[in-house]
Amino acid sequence: MIATTSVDLNAKIPNNVGLADDPKLQRALEKWLPNYLEWWHDMGPTDFEDKPVFLRTAISVERGGWANYAHVRMPDYRWGIFLEPNKTDPTIKCGDDAGAPAWQDVPGEHRNALRRIIVTQADTEPASVEQQRLLGHMAPSLYDLRNLFQVNVEEGRHLWAMVYLLHKYFGRDGRDEADELLLRRSGDEDKPRILGAFNQPCDHWLSFFAFTMFTDRDGKYQLAALAESGFDPLARTTRFMLTEEAHHLFVGETGLGRIIQRSAELQKIDSNGDVRAQGGIDFDLIQRTINYWYTYSLDLFGGEISSNASTFFASGLKGRFREDNYEDHKAIEGMYRMPVVESGKLTEQDVPMRNAMNEVLRDSYVKDCERALGKWNKLLEEAGSPTRLTLPSRRFHRHQGIYAGQFFTPGGELISEDQYRASEDKWLLVPEDNDYLVSLMKPVYEPGKFANWIAAPRKGIDGQPIDFEYVRMD
Amino acid sequence: MQQPASDVSTHLSSDASNDSLPPPVHFEVDPSAYKHWKVSFDGPIARVAMDVDPDGGIRDGYELKLNSYDLGVDIELADVVRRMRFEHPEVRVVVLTSANDRAFCAGANINMLSQSTHAWKVNFCKFTNETRCEIEDATEASHQVWVAACNGTTAGGGYELALACKEIYLQDDGNSAVSLPEVPLLGVLPGTGGLTRLVDKRMVRRDRADVFSTTAEGIRGKKAVDWNLVDGVFPRSKFDEKVLERVQKVVAEASDDLPAGERKGVELPPLAPEVTDSTRTYKYVSLSLDPVTRVAELTIEGPSADDVALLKKGAEAVHAAGADVWTLRAYRELDDALLHLRVNEQQVGLVLLRAKGDAQTLLDHDAALIAARDHWFVREIVLHMARVLRRLDNTSRSFFALGDAGTAWAGNFLELAMAADRFYLLDDSDNPVKVGLSELNEGGLPMLHGLTRLQTHFIGYPQQLDELIGSRELIDPEDADEAGLVTVLLDEIDWDDDVRIAIEERASLSPDALTGMEQNLRFAGPETPDSKIYARLSAWQNWIFIRPNATGPEGALTLYGRPERPQFDWKRV
Ligand SMILES: [Fe+2]
Ligand SMILES: [Fe+2]
Repeated sequence: MIATTSVDLNAKIPNNVGLADDPKLQRALEKWLPNYLEWWHDMGPTDFEDKPVFLRTAISVERGGWANYAHVRMPDYRWGIFLEPNKTDPTIKCGDDAGAPAWQDVPGEHRNALRRIIVTQADTEPASVEQQRLLGHMAPSLYDLRNLFQVNVEEGRHLWAMVYLLHKYFGRDGRDEADELLLRRSGDEDKPRILGAFNQPCDHWLSFFAFTMFTDRDGKYQLAALAESGFDPLARTTRFMLTEEAHHLFVGETGLGRIIQRSAELQKIDSNGDVRAQGGIDFDLIQRTINYWYTYSLDLFGGEISSNASTFFASGLKGRFREDNYEDHKAIEGMYRMPVVESGKLTEQDVPMRNAMNEVLRDSYVKDCERALGKWNKLLEEAGSPTRLTLPSRRFHRHQGIYAGQFFTPGGELISEDQYRASEDKWLLVPEDNDYLVSLMKPVYEPGKFANWIAAPRKGIDGQPIDFEYVRMD
Repeated sequence: MQQPASDVSTHLSSDASNDSLPPPVHFEVDPSAYKHWKVSFDGPIARVAMDVDPDGGIRDGYELKLNSYDLGVDIELADVVRRMRFEHPEVRVVVLTSANDRAFCAGANINMLSQSTHAWKVNFCKFTNETRCEIEDATEASHQVWVAACNGTTAGGGYELALACKEIYLQDDGNSAVSLPEVPLLGVLPGTGGLTRLVDKRMVRRDRADVFSTTAEGIRGKKAVDWNLVDGVFPRSKFDEKVLERVQKVVAEASDDLPAGERKGVELPPLAPEVTDSTRTYKYVSLSLDPVTRVAELTIEGPSADDVALLKKGAEAVHAAGADVWTLRAYRELDDALLHLRVNEQQVGLVLLRAKGDAQTLLDHDAALIAARDHWFVREIVLHMARVLRRLDNTSRSFFALGDAGTAWAGNFLELAMAADRFYLLDDSDNPVKVGLSELNEGGLPMLHGLTRLQTHFIGYPQQLDELIGSRELIDPEDADEAGLVTVLLDEIDWDDDVRIAIEERASLSPDALTGMEQNLRFAGPETPDSKIYARLSAWQNWIFIRPNATGPEGALTLYGRPERPQFDWKRV
């Protein structure tokens, strides 16, 4: 299992970064790989290591190269390292030096900031694998089980992608950081993962779908912002990661959609419209789940008013979502008006645009989430359900930024802490919710069969039928 | 108004190729070309008389009246002090006096100061301080006692110059006073250690020092003696005679326990580096700089086997070889390169130090040097090395010692690594770089605050220091790292990238913040009067110099000599 020679290593790790001719990288990865596999064994999906899973593996950056499907045991998965090829000469996309040639090496001036950006992104990848490690035991179908594992191995590959940057461009410090990534643990009291949402428990599939819907979607926007980075290897790495990330978002959005669809069916069947009486997941619980994971994910964008965000943008390290669509890439002028709390009241404040870059990126994210909500509500309407789901205000239930420490209703109204505490259990997931969901979710491992609380998908993976044996259980 | 120094000068060339830039400052001078000093000898007594040429300023735009001085005057004085030690070992007392009949010395020229850039003022003050410290070093370490014979007004920097001497005698003529008028007249501080020397060296009572330092006209006569501002006052008519009487006693005192060796001077010939736009090449030292990255490379070549063989022949042979001895020559070159860098290359923020040579040869060199140290000349060589290293400690640039292939960090070269802000060492079995200690690392080359660089480095790790001290073994990079000597140990695969990134990162940080940070970090441990002088200079004087109360349009320094009164911002900061 442990790579011992560079030839082994290069064969084992599909890549387009010249690993075969890069002794420095080889040496770093040779040391790191066994630790990674050990981490995967300890913290990856439990009890499914010997089961062949219908997984896609990226083996090249050529067309179609990123999606090769076959039944693979997860520990044998070939985690590769890929940089999206540049179509034109890369430039710095934003900030003071917008338009200048992109950096092929880490500029010393930005070394610490870049390392911090990369480590923070990298830390989320193994964290989500850790959060999801027990979910295989309550999968609603083989199709969903396979999707879970697909997400897991790709999060593992995203970790590889980031570790590649650390090993290749950050010398000794980078190697130390790469080692640390395997030592932190989601939810651990002493060595937690860096960001809050990645330490929240993900005990059941409702949370898993909400996580891939909302939290992975934060990941998408962070990666998209880094895809605009003036540090070209980072931009190219993240562009390739985005192609994989799309599937994670698909899993989350359609997973929640299928639950909503099933709940609407059960609502109709039951004479009192009681979804729970029919063994389904009621809409209040779904709404609480949305409230919980959406707001934790909003936190991941960082403070609304942020000098770090300004520095990252000004130095060309991190752009906006689709920077090309903006005309002014310097953003020195202009203000962003945002609601703030001042002496107990909500008022508006103008913030210099660069300092509001986190909020600008959050805007793109919120819009995307609103789109998905619209889709689900249309689905409810078509199913004849009177229920509608909503996105809470971005001020509600925040732990980061200017709204943290204040109390708001899901509608965004400023209230007292007492008022908030009185209604908290109506708005957010409570322990009883978890108990109910865990009791509900019994595994379904028969090809083509689905748990009662979720609808079947419209089609299978890679043109395979829905009753395909996505995970071979014997 | 013409600026004496330009902040944009990046050139290394010896001559101004561009009229808009002032010519670079040369720190090497020839005694035959002194403009401002008259030096005469009478057996063990030398007389150094200040006689500043009012039109001989190093920059245009001011007149050096009343023996006031600028950097050019002080460069000559530094040369006098140094040559006195090497070229006139027979001298026991140096009488510092004035050839101007109205003033001993009126201090730094105020018009020069008020028209200078901040950087120029800072470099000027630092250099003059180093010269004052060198006068004290000669008095304490070289049996060459400086005595001030203040035969006229002794004001500001003039009194500070006198304070650097072991004894001060003032002419009692009802007029000549000693004074520090900087605070009341100019709104700045005495910039060459005056305040520190008042209370720390002469131990003047602090309340009296307070009165003295705010009394512009100063203090004269008996009161000056009572307050210990001077050691004696003599009437004008008998001044020379009385001073001579006292000096002869000092000669006798200073002649006890003289180091061995024939009192034959060693001449210091010009270093004559080869100079281009971006390089400065001496025999053993080379400096090259890149104006785009603002990084300079300063490389010093170690002694050869022949150099060591010469030392091993003993002190007499070393004395005969004179200024050609590697140790003296290489460190003189290093000194000149540092001074050049400070004043003429202000854009350079980071200096990459490389010490090249063979580590064992360096240890042999140091051992042979120490063995010959009873001789006055060898002693002077070591004292000189120590001063140059202190100049390095006090240079407001970032220094990274780069221990890559071909370098050696043993003995006196290890001091360079310990003086640097960081020490990067290559760990490559194909190109072994060795590290080791000589006796010089353990006391011969103290820092300004009295500790060795190793003591300072290991201030919180006495155990690690103990384990190193006394060993004369050369150690491999990994062991050096283990011993705590190395900032970052890198193998050959990591070296290029990690060093490049560290350099770029350093070059991107605020130069002011770095200067402050480095000065704070370099001198861990106790203070001495010398170290206080520089610390106070950088913390206070440099701050006051840029405050509007001194240099704003209505500041005291700006308006000095003009009809307008300064307007202060009265807020205490
Ligand atoms: Fe990911
Ligand atoms: Fe993901």
